Amino acid sequence: MIPSKTEMQKALSCRVGEDIASRLNGSKVAVLGLGGLGSNVCIALARAGVGHLIICDFDKVDITNLNRQQYKASQIGMKKTDALKENLLEIAPYIDVITVDKKVSEENIYEICKDADVICEAFDKADNKAMLVNFVLEKMPGKYIVSASGLAGFGSMNEIRTRKMSDRFYLCGDLVSDVNDGIGLVSARVMGCASHEAQTILRILTGEEDE
Amino acid sequence: MVRVNGKETDICGISVADYLKTTSYDLRFIALEINEKIVPKSQYKETIIEDGDRIEIVSFVGGG
Repeated sequence: MIPSKTEMQKALSCRVGEDIASRLNGSKVAVLGLGGLGSNVCIALARAGVGHLIICDFDKVDITNLNRQQYKASQIGMKKTDALKENLLEIAPYIDVITVDKKVSEENIYEICKDADVICEAFDKADNKAMLVNFVLEKMPGKYIVSASGLAGFGSMNEIRTRKMSDRFYLCGDLVSDVNDGIGLVSARVMGCASHEAQTILRILTGEEDE
Repeated sequence: MVRVNGKETDICGISVADYLKTTSYDLRFIALEINEKIVPKSQYKETIIEDGDRIEIVSFVGGG
């Protein structure tokens, strides 16, 4: 039996208080890239009660994604946007999820992200990460960007940190562990970095920002 | 003195573009802030590094 919307809201309010629960419920976050980072970020945000997500990826679920991304074997071949929306709705049945099945470029970032309070960079490739961060900081004044760099391999989780780079720019990761060095991507470490991103987003949305 | 990623360096008076040429950064992968303000890539050539500037260069690596 799926609980009612009121029951779900009440359960959240009991944990974090009505004020924070209602603030999160009214928030909108855009997550660009739905791989190991993005899929895990979305699930953490949905569980925490963020009311609106814009989720964007052009790819389909592949068997090689299952070692770290929040998809199921039964979803192989589905669009990542559709598969993740399905999984998010199982967890948080009343969340509003807008899917964008597109490859992100400088031409469409503004359109995709313009209504978001916070933008989460969750791409795989370094050039895409740099493009999004530069674009948001240059062209979207007032928007926050939370990004990740350095999360590959079997290194210690303790090396993964969140740094506040400037007013609207947070960077999570160890900054150096590059998947192109052949060290692979490991579920726990990727999830750890995704958790850093998600927690930073929740802190921004609830006004608990770092100095 | 100028601080680049926390390290004191003597590079006042040159442009961001000229400074980057002396480093191994790949421009495709970086974001660069001076005193916590992003410098657009289109302005690397005309942005001159001044005494007291704090420069942060993020060089993104792959994986996500």
